Amino acid sequence: MNAARGSLLGIEHLEAAEIMKILKLARRMNPDRPRPLLKGRRVVLLFYEASTRTRSSFEIAAKALGAHTVLIQASGSSIEKGESLLDTGYTLRAVGADAIVIRHPNAGAPQVMAQHLDVPVINAGDGLHEHPSQALLDAYTILRNKKSFKGLQVCIVGDIFHSRVARSACHLLSKFGVKVILCGPPELVPDIATTIAPGVRVTRHIEDALRGTDVVMLLRVQKERLAGMKIDLPEYIARYQMTPARLKTAKKDSIVMHPGPIIRGLELTSEVADGAQSRILAEVQNGVPTRMAILARAMGRMR
Amino acid sequence: MKSHDKTSLLIHGGHVIDPAARIDAPMDILLKDGRVAEVAAPRKIKGADSRFDARGLIVAPGFIDLHVHLREPGQQHKETIATGTAAAATGGFTSVCTMPNTAPVVDSVEWVTWLRQSERGAVVSVFPIAAATRASKGAVLTDFAALQTAGAVAVTDDGKPILDDRVMREALILGGELNFPVVQHAEDTRMTADCSMHAGARSFRLGLRGMTAAAEASIVERDVQLAMQIPNARLHVAHVSTADALKALRRGKRNKSRITFEVTPHHFTLSDEDMRDYDSNYKMNPPLRSPADREAILAALADGTVDAIATDHAPHAHHEKEMEFERAAFGIAGLETALALAITRLHVGKRVPMGRIVELFTSGPVRCFDLRGRGSLVRGSFADVTIFDPKRKWTFDASKSLSKSKNTPFDGWQLTGKVMATIVGGKIVYTA
Ligand SMILES: [Zn+2]
Repeated sequence: MNAARGSLLGIEHLEAAEIMKILKLARRMNPDRPRPLLKGRRVVLLFYEASTRTRSSFEIAAKALGAHTVLIQASGSSIEKGESLLDTGYTLRAVGADAIVIRHPNAGAPQVMAQHLDVPVINAGDGLHEHPSQALLDAYTILRNKKSFKGLQVCIVGDIFHSRVARSACHLLSKFGVKVILCGPPELVPDIATTIAPGVRVTRHIEDALRGTDVVMLLRVQKERLAGMKIDLPEYIARYQMTPARLKTAKKDSIVMHPGPIIRGLELTSEVADGAQSRILAEVQNGVPTRMAILARAMGRMR
Repeated sequence: MKSHDKTSLLIHGGHVIDPAARIDAPMDILLKDGRVAEVAAPRKIKGADSRFDARGLIVAPGFIDLHVHLREPGQQHKETIATGTAAAATGGFTSVCTMPNTAPVVDSVEWVTWLRQSERGAVVSVFPIAAATRASKGAVLTDFAALQTAGAVAVTDDGKPILDDRVMREALILGGELNFPVVQHAEDTRMTADCSMHAGARSFRLGLRGMTAAAEASIVERDVQLAMQIPNARLHVAHVSTADALKALRRGKRNKSRITFEVTPHHFTLSDEDMRDYDSNYKMNPPLRSPADREAILAALADGTVDAIATDHAPHAHHEKEMEFERAAFGIAGLETALALAITRLHVGKRVPMGRIVELFTSGPVRCFDLRGRGSLVRGSFADVTIFDPKRKWTFDASKSLSKSKNTPFDGWQLTGKVMATIVGGKIVYTA
């Protein structure tokens, strides 16, 4: 893989030490005290898919570092007229992009672009593949609540198959020896998921997933995705919805996370979403310093 | 290029392997007026207009590729009959069967005739395979009898399966009556929507939707069942890639049904684990399967179950491949590397005898489709000969390929076994 230095295409091929470096850098970033590390640099936000939180988070992060941002969305641009991914990349490079943050519905699209451009490419989510900035901000959030990754157990409940967040999280947590338990029905959590990284196991029972768990990560379940499956929505809710009662099975000091958007009454109840253990809004907040670190790293401003 | 206008050519000093004639010995061969005139012990044949020195080389019947996409009519930006057959000659193929999934689909006598006209500039013999259903839409059978008379050697909707049970049954019945093979692209497309590779650990990790082995095997199982029920039906299954499909085919063959099938060099060489992440030169349909599937195919090649090696040569322009993996076109080029991969993987790698490898390129394919006068060097056969060096090591350079397209995962591969000359109708069309 010959991507430009500073690219962030996924967690899978990052070393644990590199991840720690990014997380440490993120701790020194504060969006309320802007640092003009990237003054005059141009960061292009290339979004082939709609996104509110990831896009605005990257945008605020770039601005906090003094960079200019340009937002390009698939609709209303040359992309809609049939321009290819690579031609779009070449064009953005030609107009002076210093880094490209890309969100794309196809797995591997950021990698294809990175192989052909000499500017760093940052994956803001590609198909079902990876969402590395989300995994990093989740790791950041975990480390703000737990002393270290040592001995931790994390369960991820929901639609693992369709989740790039889950794939990135599995890679990241596994690199630090965290025990990862994936929980859900076979259609959403196939057994093959255990092969993604060492230390990942699958269970169908929510109690089994929660017992001894330090971090409960919930994922959105889209109604459409359940169409044609053996399990229907009421049954999913009955078996997997996070309720205050169920949460008691997890460790007392466990935290609840969710990459959003959450659907109250489906994967979790309002009591859990708004409860004392919830870190769902903290994740959103932590997204900015984490992405500041990612952008600073991308443009060689690691210190 | 010594003998183009001469009428007789003596190939001397070589080791002839002709599985159909049970020859595996040093022999000389005289080609005359487009036919094999004589096969005799070394130095027995006197007097020829020109000679080809085949010392140290294997002399085999001209290779036949049952599955090639030459992209004409209508897709000349990918390949033409002229460029595709030039690549075929480089790969040692003297005959290629061309697939009908073009634009328009070859579903009429007119297009079958057009494909066979000399204006197309074919360097090797081209045998059209016509569409099995109108526009390959899978609903209404084409006029098999007329297509056969026009020169089609089989029918298929390749690129897509003949999915409907009733249509497949009708096709096998009509094909059976006409002694006409029906070629199935075995993929239950109801199970493979939006899929771009094999379903397994790798597809899960890459976030790519996977085609299950069952999507292939279930269609093969159904077709074998149909073929066993219908008298004289001739079923040929294209590019078989899974162990489960092989199981069904073995059952059908044991039952003495007229069932044949091919496998491709990429499926016996690579597995999904060999894919480079999101490199569309590893994207084809059927996809690269699991290592266990590949081992099953290697075993079936060695034990005689497989009838033919076919390339599924599927050229695509650069801009149709270099893009998001999920959106890139399916298919890879294969004509120029087929023999070398067979020798490297099967002969050197798995000790499969050279005679069996030659069979898979010659008498095996002839068992599948009726290509009378080909696949053997017995006297009177067409003067189609493939001469190769089984030991020569070489490096494949895709940029030098004669195909219009360079979409191959084998660029830069070091291979053993090289085609040294290809002779079609007594004329040397390629020399290394
Ligand atoms: Zn096919």
